[in-house]
Amino acid sequence: MSRMATSNILDRPLGRSSGRGGSSSEGSVVSLSAFAYVYSELVQYHQGRAASISELERRLESAGYGVGLKVLELVAYRAKETKRETRLMSILHFVSSSVWKALFGKSADSLERSIDHADEFMIVDYEPITSTFVSVPPDLGQLSADAYVSGIIAGVLDGAGFSARVTAHSVNVEEGEYTKPQGGNVVTGLPARKDKAVFLVKFSQEVLARDAALER
Amino acid sequence: MSSPILFVIVGKNEPLFEAEIDTHTGTTGGNDLSTRQNYFVLHSALDLVEKSAWTTNSMYLRVVDKVNHQQVSTFLTAGNIKFMLLHGGKGEEVVRSFFNEVYGYYVKLSMNPFYKYDTPITSLAFENRVRAAARAYLC
Repeated sequence: MSRMATSNILDRPLGRSSGRGGSSSEGSVVSLSAFAYVYSELVQYHQGRAASISELERRLESAGYGVGLKVLELVAYRAKETKRETRLMSILHFVSSSVWKALFGKSADSLERSIDHADEFMIVDYEPITSTFVSVPPDLGQLSADAYVSGIIAGVLDGAGFSARVTAHSVNVEEGEYTKPQGGNVVTGLPARKDKAVFLVKFSQEVLARDAALER
Repeated sequence: MSSPILFVIVGKNEPLFEAEIDTHTGTTGGNDLSTRQNYFVLHSALDLVEKSAWTTNSMYLRVVDKVNHQQVSTFLTAGNIKFMLLHGGKGEEVVRSFFNEVYGYYVKLSMNPFYKYDTPITSLAFENRVRAAARAYLC
C-alpha cells in the first residue's frame, strides 16, 4: 500500500508569480469560475447567518482581513527586495499595483485622493471579480459584494501599520470613462458593466500624523 | 566562549516565538540567570526598534542596541513582525542570511490558513528549522 508523501508546508517553494508573464507553467493560477463558485458559497454562507446588510458586509470584510494580512507578507517576500513601506503614498501604490496584480492579474485602475478629506483615498477597479457574477436583490439595497476585497485592503494596510477603515461602493460609470476595447468585457465575454467598484480608504488620525512627521 | 544566542519573534503585543541556542551544543541550555537577563536586554531593545522602524524602509535593521559585549540585531517583516537576535558580535552577513532564511520559513508558515497572524507560533517543524538555520549560520 503506497501513500503519497506529504511534504511539510515549510519545505514547499513559494513560487515566483511576479517573475513570469501571464501564463504560468507551475499551475498556480486559479480559474475565474472556480473562484466565482467558491466565493458565491462564501457569500451565501454568511448571508444565511447575518441578520442585516451591515452585518453581512462586516462578515465579508473580516473574511477578507485574514487574507490581506497573509497577502502582504507573501507579496513582499516574492518581490525579494527586503524593503518595507513606511510612507502613506508608497503603501497605497503597493496595494493598488503589487497586491492587485498578485490577486487579480492586473493593477487597480486608478488611485485617487479625495479633495474634501485629506485622509481619504479611493482605489477604483472597473471589473472586480468578486461582484462580476453577483446580482444584488433590491431588498439588500446598497450592499456591495466587494466587501471581501475591502477586507483584504484593510488587512494589508493594518499589517503594515497603517490602520484604516476601508469600504466598498458601487459607482456608476460615466460615459466615456471606460477605455476598454469596444464589445464589452474581454475577460468573460459579458457585456460591459454599468458600475465600477470604488474602495474608499480612510486612514486613522495617528497614521496621518506619523506620516506628516516623517515628511519633515 | 559561552555566549548563548537568543532569537525572539515579537508581534504587535507579545512574543510569538523564542529560541535560545547554545553555540557549543546547538541545543537549549544556559543557566536561568543569564537567560532571564538576555530576555530583559532583548525586550528593552524593542523601544529602539520601534523608533528606527519608521525611519528606514529596509527590512534588515542591523544592530539596534549594544549592551556589555552583546548586540541586538533586528529584522522587520512587511507586516511589522520583529525578528530579534541577541548575540555576541556575529558578522553582519551571517546574521542577515540567518534572518532571510527564517523570514522564508515565517512567510511559508503564514500561508497556513489555520495560522492566525500575530499569534504565538507553536509549530514544531518551524522550531526545528529555525534551530537548524541557527546551527548552520551562527555557530
